[in-house]
Amino acid sequence: MTAQRPNHAFDRAISSVGVWLLSAVLLVWTLLPIYNIIRVSIQEKEEVLSTSVYPIAPSPHAFEVVFRQAFWLLETFWNQMGNSFYIGIVVALLVLAIGSLTSFTISRMRIRSGWMLTNAALLTYVIPMSFLAIPFYGIMGKYGLTNNPIAVIAVEVTFATPYAIFIFHQYGASIPLELDEAARIDGASPLQIFFRIYLPLMAPALVAIGTYALLLSWNEYLYAFLLLSGGKVVTVPVALGKFLVGDEAPWNYLMAAAIIYAIPPLLIYYGFRRKMSGGLTMGGVKG
Amino acid sequence: MAITTTIDSPGAATNTTPLARRRGTFAADKLWALAFVTPYAAIFAAFVIYPIGYGLWLGSDPASYRALFSDPVYPRTVVNTLLYLLFGVNLKLLLALLLSGFFMRKGWWTKVLLLVFMLPWAVPALPSYLSINWMLNGQWGLINNIIWQVAQVDGPPWLDSHGFALGSVIYGHIWKWLPFWTLIFLAGRMAVSLELYEAAEVDGASRLQKFRYVTLPLMAGMYLVCTMLSTIWALGDFNAVRFISGGGPALSTHVLATLGIRNAFELGDPGLGMATVLTALPLLIPLVILLMRQLRRSEVTI
Repeated sequence: MTAQRPNHAFDRAISSVGVWLLSAVLLVWTLLPIYNIIRVSIQEKEEVLSTSVYPIAPSPHAFEVVFRQAFWLLETFWNQMGNSFYIGIVVALLVLAIGSLTSFTISRMRIRSGWMLTNAALLTYVIPMSFLAIPFYGIMGKYGLTNNPIAVIAVEVTFATPYAIFIFHQYGASIPLELDEAARIDGASPLQIFFRIYLPLMAPALVAIGTYALLLSWNEYLYAFLLLSGGKVVTVPVALGKFLVGDEAPWNYLMAAAIIYAIPPLLIYYGFRRKMSGGLTMGGVKG
Repeated sequence: MAITTTIDSPGAATNTTPLARRRGTFAADKLWALAFVTPYAAIFAAFVIYPIGYGLWLGSDPASYRALFSDPVYPRTVVNTLLYLLFGVNLKLLLALLLSGFFMRKGWWTKVLLLVFMLPWAVPALPSYLSINWMLNGQWGLINNIIWQVAQVDGPPWLDSHGFALGSVIYGHIWKWLPFWTLIFLAGRMAVSLELYEAAEVDGASRLQKFRYVTLPLMAGMYLVCTMLSTIWALGDFNAVRFISGGGPALSTHVLATLGIRNAFELGDPGLGMATVLTALPLLIPLVILLMRQLRRSEVTI
């Protein structure tokens, strides 16, 4: 017994050293690229091209430029932020409407062809989104939707709704079917059951999926880049991507704009984190 | 529904009115159901079935494949894609599995650390990948600046050599997606009953044995599903390559997803682009079939 006590203390010391070591490694690993964004965004142009590790003379110059849209690639920055918000919110609303209607019909009305819809959703969920970009571009041309936000909205809704259907299906399983049956006996129509019983009880899942869909479309680059070629409809990621086309990208402006672009999802993510608990955290996969 | 019919059918012979009324409501229900699923069915037809069909048609010209296979960039792209999947997916998931065990620890520090650790997932992909791109710049990047300050030597030109550039892309992918998969495995570990660990502890199992004989068997199925899903998504990942290496140097770090887009839009040949992407089908189709079967059976939605 006496021999074991110091042994235990030794074990604990080793394990706590291990915890601190691992914590340090994780912090450096996680924060290095993020530190780099911030570091570059508060540097002046000359300092960006230097061997500094810390910003020597930090200045808000780059942020001022972004705020005042005083650089040719950032001329319509706030308009682009507006476009990103607009597309994100419309996508979220459509995903909520279509996803909840579909999962209500499959799992509450128990239609016989429900399995086909489930499979359709499953198939969409496991197809790599970018593989359909080429035909999508051609199809949107045929629909006359090039350079139209509706095209991007359609893509995002298509790829976000399957996940919404799964989560609604899973979450809805906890709502007793007897509620629907009781309402049926009282003469309620499916539409009334949907609005008066199903939707109110699904509120937490709706919040989580709405957030998920908003973030998904906020993060979308490839389709926005292909389908929104220019002018007033461009979203922020597309504009950020354009910085790399030139020879000497003004990295401090780019990083400042990128930080402003990253703030809304960060706020949403850390704000809604508890609401997106459990299985619902599994959301941002395709982003 | 099956039950209601059997109960109703004896009455059908004697009394027709309730049946007729029931049929009426059924018909109305069907109309409602039809109206409710129409939006999704329409989206699926217009934006999934139609593009798939159109894509297959675009990529059905044998001449595109001849051009593709004679392109010297293509074999390298296939190797890159396989390396990206092999190392990116497996390293990431292995690390995620181990880290999820670490984050099971109790205490405020682990919670705070987890919040910070989630940052790469919460930050949109583009700013992070752009930052990694500039961070790895051979001349003025943060990494080489650190190396210079510490050792007074020039670091390697990360993005100007094929091996380092591909490694950088894989690093970016792991950095971005490690938190997400760690959370998934954390949720999986939390679902494992604590009693099992307690029982193992009573039997004198060490920490390693608990992992080997309790955690691993219970999470093996989940780990497999995650590997397949992650492989599919990594196969379609465009942003990491596009913004970290840009496919360079000299087109040597393209993967199928980025080369397809390049061939279709920069070279202006949609048929060639689609052919590029479609050569991933021998890998993609078995994965999709296996995964759909697994996901349907397990009722686990990720």
